[in-house]
Amino acid sequence: MQKQMAIVGVGYSGFSSISPGLSYKELMYEAAVRAYQDAGIDPRQDADGFVTVAEDFHEGTSIFDEYVPDQLGAVMRPVHTVTGDGIHGLIAGALKILSGAMNIVVVEGHSKASNILTLSQVTAYALDPIYNRPLGLNPYSIAGLEMQRFLHQTKNTVEQCARVVVKNRRNALNHPSAGHGSDISLEDVLASERVASPLRKLDIAPHSDGCVVFVLASADAARDLTPQPIWIRGMGWSNGSYSLEQRNWAHADYARQAAQMAYHQAGVEKPHDEIDFAEIDDTFSYKELQHMEALELCGEGEAGRMIDEGATQPGGSLPINVSGGSLGVGNLLEASGLQRVLEVVLQLRGQASARQLKNVETGLAFAWRGLPTASGAALVLSR
Amino acid sequence: MAKIVRELPGLALTPEDISQRKVLSTSWVPKAEYAWDAGIAMGRYLEELRNGRLMGVRHRRCGRTVIPPRIFCEQCFAPMDEWGELPDTGTVNTFSICYVSWDVKRLEVPEIPAVIEIDGTSPRVGILHKLGEVDPQQVKVGMPVKAVWKPAEERNGAITDILYFQPI
Amino acid sequence: MAFRRTGLRRVAVVGAGMTKFVRRAQETAQELAFHASRLALDSCGLRIQDIGAVCLGTAPDAFDGVHMNGEYLSDGAGAYGKPFMRAYVGGGTGVFSVIQGWYHVASGLFDAVLVVCEEKMSSCLPHPQAAFLTIFDHTTERPLKPNLLWIFALEMNRYMQKYGLSKKDIARVAVKNKRNAMDHPAAQLAAEITVEDVLNSEVLAWPVQRLDVSPTSDGAVAVILASEDAAKRITDKPVWIKSVGWCLDSAYWTNRDLSYPEYVERAARMAYEMAGIKEPRKEIHIVEPYDPFDYKELHHLEGLLLAPKGEAPRLLAEGVFDRDGDLPATPSGGLLGVGNPIAAAGLMKVAELFWQLRGEAGKRQVPGNPRTGLAQAWGDLMQVGTVAILGV
Repeated sequence: MQKQMAIVGVGYSGFSSISPGLSYKELMYEAAVRAYQDAGIDPRQDADGFVTVAEDFHEGTSIFDEYVPDQLGAVMRPVHTVTGDGIHGLIAGALKILSGAMNIVVVEGHSKASNILTLSQVTAYALDPIYNRPLGLNPYSIAGLEMQRFLHQTKNTVEQCARVVVKNRRNALNHPSAGHGSDISLEDVLASERVASPLRKLDIAPHSDGCVVFVLASADAARDLTPQPIWIRGMGWSNGSYSLEQRNWAHADYARQAAQMAYHQAGVEKPHDEIDFAEIDDTFSYKELQHMEALELCGEGEAGRMIDEGATQPGGSLPINVSGGSLGVGNLLEASGLQRVLEVVLQLRGQASARQLKNVETGLAFAWRGLPTASGAALVLSR
Repeated sequence: MAKIVRELPGLALTPEDISQRKVLSTSWVPKAEYAWDAGIAMGRYLEELRNGRLMGVRHRRCGRTVIPPRIFCEQCFAPMDEWGELPDTGTVNTFSICYVSWDVKRLEVPEIPAVIEIDGTSPRVGILHKLGEVDPQQVKVGMPVKAVWKPAEERNGAITDILYFQPI
Repeated sequence: MAFRRTGLRRVAVVGAGMTKFVRRAQETAQELAFHASRLALDSCGLRIQDIGAVCLGTAPDAFDGVHMNGEYLSDGAGAYGKPFMRAYVGGGTGVFSVIQGWYHVASGLFDAVLVVCEEKMSSCLPHPQAAFLTIFDHTTERPLKPNLLWIFALEMNRYMQKYGLSKKDIARVAVKNKRNAMDHPAAQLAAEITVEDVLNSEVLAWPVQRLDVSPTSDGAVAVILASEDAAKRITDKPVWIKSVGWCLDSAYWTNRDLSYPEYVERAARMAYEMAGIKEPRKEIHIVEPYDPFDYKELHHLEGLLLAPKGEAPRLLAEGVFDRDGDLPATPSGGLLGVGNPIAAAGLMKVAELFWQLRGEAGKRQVPGNPRTGLAQAWGDLMQVGTVAILGV
């Protein structure tokens, strides 16, 4: 895709384990005000449309779209909600710009995971009500099944997965807004409590609260608004099979398909060479490795070697999750993908402070919707 | 459409089909529990309800005074300017006489939900609550009403600290 | 709103299919979605491989009793291995799903998109209506244990009060729509009833009575959208999406005038502007306004600027909105007659326009070769309007 639309404003609030001082509306308001200030727009005058992402059972409210317009400056405007990752929402906004119907669109995603007292049961409620739910399995067991098959088939190892945790948690120490930065050792990860073998407690990203808001603009509007637009060069999204009975347990097909779509639009032929850095889903440690392979950032079975060699460290040849990823920043539910895009934008703008990468032109953000889905979305961005 | 008329899929079941297990089903009671952060505006609103007071917020630019409180004016998209106590009186904007409960059980004594425009707010600004101590047939749009509060020691910072509104 | 009129790609509806609407379907939600999708594909001779992306609509997950219900439905909606997106705006979702499909195709990324809406409300026990408790604000309203009927009763009362309307003025909508549904093969509550029947039906939440209300239903509807080139290859009778509009008002529904749906007017104006429609009353030949309650149809006809404020009841009594009237409204039978599987019911209205504008509506066909139709849905807390204008 040529330079047809860009991200021209970012704002965020969080990210921390709890956020008792602000209601979800106030959290959204804080992030939105920052995004509009960053973009230099007045949402009441300038924004043509608004998209939010939310799942009813994560909010504890049915048809949650009811409660989004006020705090975004979106009252009496074209607004709708997407049940998807934030990147799905961002794509829904971008499609409206591509269609020529709108020039400036606002996209919002948030997490108040700390307010969900029974998150594990809520996640289980997403399982097939007839085939799977009656088995009464903890949903983490699905991750255990997948990790087992992925490691078996690709010969990546449990230790390599643990290295992802060590890297991302350490990266988060350089991110002042990250909720879960820490200097932990490989041994800490490998000795942590078993959850659903081979998955251990520290392989799992803890949850955080927070909100991310973006302002998207068409090329003309973007050039008017900012000297530093971050261009959306490619976007892809795809669903694998929802059915646990028919799923590809070893490989993330949804990620491969989403990335191929995005790369095709962006004219990226050799992702490993052309993508300078990536923020990709690491809801579970093995997911970072599995997604690296599916996103063609390395060949099958090579992700583990890359982490062993330090290639995905901030100073490596292909830094991955410099922000700390979900393991370091926290799992932000629907906002997870937007946090990944946020990091790509900040890096490309040169605003990533202590964790700023040098000479980066093109970045990839990839989100998975989490358990129990096989749904993902990818975005290629460039300066 | 015309040519597929007789073939539309969709098999209608009767309640007996299910109760007599002619067709099978699985059941599940969701365990979805939440503790929503009240935050700044709603936190103070609830606290003042516990004190037996109704609070509103005002935005100077547009001149609106609204309830329930919010930290931002959603029309102007700017922070609200000031808090103020409102009287616990108002007028009925609209009402209903409802004979079914929230989970669709028939009620012997109907409930009377109403949108009550609270005195001291901008036109058409009200809250949802119920009317009480009134003959349902006597309720009228425009009727002045006043809050009936729970005794102070029973109030816990919730909208139900007001039992209902009654005609003045 | 800066619409760039030039350069908008044309998008057409090229196929449609639906299941029956029933109180309790034996089919699972996935199976209902599959049936509707399959019929839509068959109706225009496409295979699932021809579909570039799938757009889904379903309203609250609480009905189907599945968190992330969109993901659960994806396999049934033909989304395996495809870009798949689910958007929602409460009851406005059905028409919004077509808007969603529209921008997928209009973006230039896809030639053919499958739009599927499904609702299986019967899964929710003890009664689907109970699920609506959770649409209310968790702090200021839910503790009062509101029934969904409250907000409709409050709005209906305000509407009647403002314009001095009687229940009889409004009941005619239920009579008309249930009668129109007699000709619909998917209808759940088609009937010949009288105004007296409505006035004598059980009082649920005054002024709302049993026959003022649409039922809870299970069902699915699907339509196929295509780009201009693809549409012309697929069919010689494409029905063009001339424009779309949507608008969401504040969540503070107790802070606004309940007698008039301003948000519907905004959505309609957006669509009229995009379609270049200056005089809606003359340029719209057939309308499918959202009718979950009988007064709602009148409310919406006014919001759509198809009747002056407070005068829709008079036009109704004069027969203007009859199937053979000057402006046929809800010739399908609507939610009151065909049924209300929420998102699917909204999409059913778009499917009805597709059949009507192609002259394929059989016994429901409105006379006079209508060329332009408008479908509208409404939802959330008296809050959202979604509009699509179709034409041949």
